[in-house]
Amino acid sequence: MIEGILIGLQTALSLKNLMMVMIGCFSGTIIGMLPGLGPMTAIALMIPITYGFEPSTGLILMAGVYYGAVFGGSTSSILINAPGVPGTVATSFDGYPMAQQGKAGKALAIAAYSSFAGGTISAIFLLIAAPSLSLVSLSFRSPDYFGLMILGLTAVAAFSSKGNFLKAMMMVVLGLMLASVGQDSLSDITRFTFNNMNLSDGISFVLVVMATFAMSEALTIIFKANDPTKAAKAVSLSQLGSIKLDKVETKKMLATIPRSSVLGFIIGVLPGAGATIASFLAYGMERNFVSDEERQKFGKGSVNGIAAPETANNAACSGSFVPLLTLGIPGSGTTAVMLGALLGFGIQPGPRLYQTNPEIFWSVIMSMYIGMVVLLILNLPLIPYIARVLATPRTFLIPLILFFSLTGVYLMSFNNFDIYMMIGIAVTATVLRLYDFPMPPLILAFVLGGLMEVNLRRSLLISDGSWAFLWDRPLTLCIMLAVVGIIGWQIYKSFSKK
Amino acid sequence: MKITPSKIISLLFFIFSGFYLYTAYQIQVFAFDEGAAFNARTFPIYLGFAGLFFSGLFVILPETNPSSVDLKVLDYKKTLGLVILMILYGITILKAGFFLSTSIFLVGSYIILGERNWMWIFILSFPFVAIFMYLLHGLLNIYLRDPFLKYIGIMG
Repeated sequence: MIEGILIGLQTALSLKNLMMVMIGCFSGTIIGMLPGLGPMTAIALMIPITYGFEPSTGLILMAGVYYGAVFGGSTSSILINAPGVPGTVATSFDGYPMAQQGKAGKALAIAAYSSFAGGTISAIFLLIAAPSLSLVSLSFRSPDYFGLMILGLTAVAAFSSKGNFLKAMMMVVLGLMLASVGQDSLSDITRFTFNNMNLSDGISFVLVVMATFAMSEALTIIFKANDPTKAAKAVSLSQLGSIKLDKVETKKMLATIPRSSVLGFIIGVLPGAGATIASFLAYGMERNFVSDEERQKFGKGSVNGIAAPETANNAACSGSFVPLLTLGIPGSGTTAVMLGALLGFGIQPGPRLYQTNPEIFWSVIMSMYIGMVVLLILNLPLIPYIARVLATPRTFLIPLILFFSLTGVYLMSFNNFDIYMMIGIAVTATVLRLYDFPMPPLILAFVLGGLMEVNLRRSLLISDGSWAFLWDRPLTLCIMLAVVGIIGWQIYKSFSKK
Repeated sequence: MKITPSKIISLLFFIFSGFYLYTAYQIQVFAFDEGAAFNARTFPIYLGFAGLFFSGLFVILPETNPSSVDLKVLDYKKTLGLVILMILYGITILKAGFFLSTSIFLVGSYIILGERNWMWIFILSFPFVAIFMYLLHGLLNIYLRDPFLKYIGIMG
């Protein structure tokens, strides 16, 4: 492991990769700060750029963007009560009231220190957990992988459905259908191409991500006539107050950070859960842990109320890398985008990544630490300046997002058919979003579609066409029971609402 | 049963799944693969049935958590304008080249969204695209074929 850490440090600390972490954190912060644009959009916009780099550099850049976007989301939550990402909604409960008391700088500092601590602690957990889990997952077979993918898709659908599981499951099926377009991986038979040569290689992952997130989010802002920058115009973004914390505040944070880190990491590892649930749970848990006097301050600018969700959402970000790096199965929409990018590099994450590409495995983990440091020493002092991005008029912001989306896809293929397909998918996604059909399950299904078919094929061929492979092995059986549990719980929830 | 927009979308998805399933059955597989436990059409067939199942269920069951969207506040004009502009961008990019089509696309979209600060409109279109192209060529070594710039002699 020490050797691996050294390899990771060597790769992550190269001048180019250090620059990438900084650029990633910086651009992620800016994009994440803009309400409505989350880490998935930020990463999606970066994918075309990363294809010009080595895989480890590309992944380091994306990891930096991920952390930066989560940090940026907190900034807009605190300053204008408009969370850039769902994972920072809980931060606004106490961050915004504190900012209204003229202590915006302090609130931002608490968020930054908590993010740093949560991210660092969970990165240590990842450092310990990932190699061990990689070794365990070597014993996984095709039926287990197939079961895990079903579990991942069901869990993401359950968590992102906002109470409408069937809508999320329809998106899962749509994602898998889109992934089935093009040549069959084994027989090379073309499917669903309708004799169109442009479809014979399938639909590009970058195209689907850009269309369903970056472009569709931009179109949704216009369609709903939202102005994400309106709230920013009402506050002073340059007079944020001191960022120094006193002893009492530091003491409060020191108590909150360890428990929220552990909770955030565990939630992050679970498929589908992610930063949003982690932050809400941490906020709720913290309310129960603190004294009655402190509890009264919740919702009015409590230090613990900012520190807990911020620690947990960053810890969950690191946690979500565990299933990606060890099993090759992403547990969230954001890590699904990263998996897609890795597959684009020709790298298959999973238990063997640890042995075949140790420099990628370890450099990603190491770059997380570096990313946290960069966020703390670079972004925090620069917040008064970065925050001015919030005031960028949407008349410029939206066209630029559309420009980066269209250009990103065009540069991959130099084919205008992709532009038309992207517009078609983006318009469909915009209408679907309007009626609460969630997009993360679609992306996860699209990324996992090919792998799922391969593992189902192997499983069915081994079991001679029998579906008994789903319960033959105890591990597969346990996974399938978890799937049944999630579906059962969703059905129960639907009926209990009535 | 109340017909909501979500139900109409689900009904469309049901029809789409039916079409997908029909097309899945039409996939030509090799003769030796015809009776195999798994061939190129197996997975799509399962997907088609899954699509029919979930969308059918949504259409039949009462909606517990209906989405409320006020159709009157939606900005159809600007959204449609942007979509048309993007399609035009797709049509012109190969013929007019990246620089001209992208710059005009940006100018058009700023104007559609109501921006009238002409200095910023100019800065964030032609010079911005020129810098972007320079970065693509200079840093990432990505060559962009551009008939317009070739015609005026800026690019080879």
